[in-house]
Amino acid sequence: MILQDVVWTLALVGIGLVALVFAAVVLQAGRPAEEAAARRFAARARRLQAGLFAVLLAGFVAGSWATLHRFPIPPQHGTVAARQVVEAIGRQWSWQITPATVESGSVVEFRVTAADVNHGFALYAPGGRIVTQTQAMPGYTNRLLHTFDEPGTYTIQCLEYCGIGHGPMKATLQVVAPASE
Amino acid sequence: MASLTLYPDEEQLTGGERVTFDLYMITAVILFVLLMLVGLTMRMTQAKWLPVPAGLFYELLSLHGMGMVGTMSLATTGVMWFFLRRYVRLHLWAFAANYLLFLLGLLCVVLSIFAGGYGALWTFLYPLPVRGMGLWTPDTAALFMLGGLLIGTGSLLFYLDAAAGIIAVHGNLGRALGLPWLLGGRIDPDHPKAVVASTLVIIANSLGILAGAVVLVMSLINVFYPQVTLDALVAKNLIYWFGHMYINATIYMGVIAVYELLPRYTGKPYPISRPFLWSWAASTLFVIVVFPHHLLMDFAQPRWLSTVGQVVSWSAGFPVFLVTAYGGLVNLHRSAIRWTMPSRLLVLSLFGWAAGIVPAILDGTIRNNLVMHNTQWVPGHFHFYLLIGVLAMVLALLFHVIGSRGQAAPDSRADRLGFPVYLVGGLAFALAFLGGGRASVPRRMAEHLEEWTFTDKIGSIAALLVVLAMVSFAIRITVGLWRASPSRDAGAGTTDAAG
Repeated sequence: MILQDVVWTLALVGIGLVALVFAAVVLQAGRPAEEAAARRFAARARRLQAGLFAVLLAGFVAGSWATLHRFPIPPQHGTVAARQVVEAIGRQWSWQITPATVESGSVVEFRVTAADVNHGFALYAPGGRIVTQTQAMPGYTNRLLHTFDEPGTYTIQCLEYCGIGHGPMKATLQVVAPASE
Repeated sequence: MASLTLYPDEEQLTGGERVTFDLYMITAVILFVLLMLVGLTMRMTQAKWLPVPAGLFYELLSLHGMGMVGTMSLATTGVMWFFLRRYVRLHLWAFAANYLLFLLGLLCVVLSIFAGGYGALWTFLYPLPVRGMGLWTPDTAALFMLGGLLIGTGSLLFYLDAAAGIIAVHGNLGRALGLPWLLGGRIDPDHPKAVVASTLVIIANSLGILAGAVVLVMSLINVFYPQVTLDALVAKNLIYWFGHMYINATIYMGVIAVYELLPRYTGKPYPISRPFLWSWAASTLFVIVVFPHHLLMDFAQPRWLSTVGQVVSWSAGFPVFLVTAYGGLVNLHRSAIRWTMPSRLLVLSLFGWAAGIVPAILDGTIRNNLVMHNTQWVPGHFHFYLLIGVLAMVLALLFHVIGSRGQAAPDSRADRLGFPVYLVGGLAFALAFLGGGRASVPRRMAEHLEEWTFTDKIGSIAALLVVLAMVSFAIRITVGLWRASPSRDAGAGTTDAAG
């Protein structure tokens, strides 16, 4: 499953769970409890809150470790063992991509910057989904690493608003099978 | 502790207070409707149902963004003022000055957009405002930024007055926040939640506004002295520190309505607790340091700052889930509540905030941000908690107030129809944006590909429903505030929780 679908599913499940809890409580509302029952419920609610805290904390620790222990952003200084390097410069409103052809199966280092204002460098797969992205900022070069699994025509689309030509500001990147194949 | 009296006497507004509050709120609901119509226009343009040219689209986007953030702040400042004045002395001139500075700032923004053609969005990311490529001049950008400066100055003035009022009663802001009770001691059960929440807003948003003032002034200097250049990354950090805190503060101002009103409608006490104080103390820190999640795709940013962006984004969910939403639900459970517009909206607002946090936390994850950043996922999550959460908090107070004034029933047939339309429209609207994010549809873009228009069309229809409901609410509220007799302002100590 691609990452966007995982995120969408998690969001729907999370929103759905919150909605279910609210619906359950709303259905109970308007039917006041006796005083003794209300006291018992208050004590149970405090225990439940502590349990919920423990569950959220465990999720927080496990999730943080799982998503951060291999840091998703590549190192920005020093050497990177990438055989292929692509220079990408954004300007109002076009991309200068050198070279515009790379091979699949091995890591590509994109060196992304901007000549004038902020731009967004997003790589769209032939199917229309973003595979990765970074920002193109004047005065800085962001190094983005990506390994293409499939050959094809990928689209580079600006995703940071940069003026009236922001929408059409796109370029193509050809990803071909490795020459040795 | 919040009162269980539905319309306590001390909440009555005197002549000047009433005029100022009514002006705030009538202005806000009218602006909400107008800015929603702007939003609807943009969604219909993306759906290819309206032929709006790209230049105009980005002008509308600039107006919608700046206008909605400012109006949400205006409205929730009204919420904070309405309740905080019960516990500390606030000067009406500071409240009124904020209103006037907001109007003046808005005028600058509108002129810069419609007379000057400004279209560099509310984010005014350096150096875009001075590079309009002939569509607008640097002077126009300066007028827009002056507008932002005026709106921020108004807010800061109000916060300084509120800080002085709180310090006069509680000694210092730490005590107002309840810090001495975090680790022990007997908590004063009458310590108002409105004071705790207001203190967070004063601390955090004053810092944010100062950061905003710095970057606005730096940008203005750059407009007039282009040889003085800025660092784009530093400017972006300051803009998002300011912008994120400013819009975040609206939630913390708006939720005061929930704390104050929910127990009145449920008829159940909603006492202050140590977890509550911990939650607000932690949130004060989180709100200040969470902004780097806006720069997760700026790889030049130090790694530790990006890590803070994710970790704090996740942590910020704890207080929402464990204290505010949970506490509200405990108060609601097996209560004597009867469903009227204020009570419905209060519960809806808690749901909107809690559920809206879910896609926000997912987006605040660096790994996910690599494919979600600047897609429609982003407006999806913030429209979720602003539309269904914060705006519902504001509307709850306004329906409560028009109910308190006696001349407008708090729950008309039109409201009972409008509420589900708002709920369904709001949910579908937010989910259409999130669905667009899933499909990698860019967020700020006038020209959409044909394959992106499915979620745009769903979003447009949903937006239309929201606008219809909001028009109905705005008419009810405006007429309700306008018509009510001053002598019946706060319904003199009514205790009927059913309204």
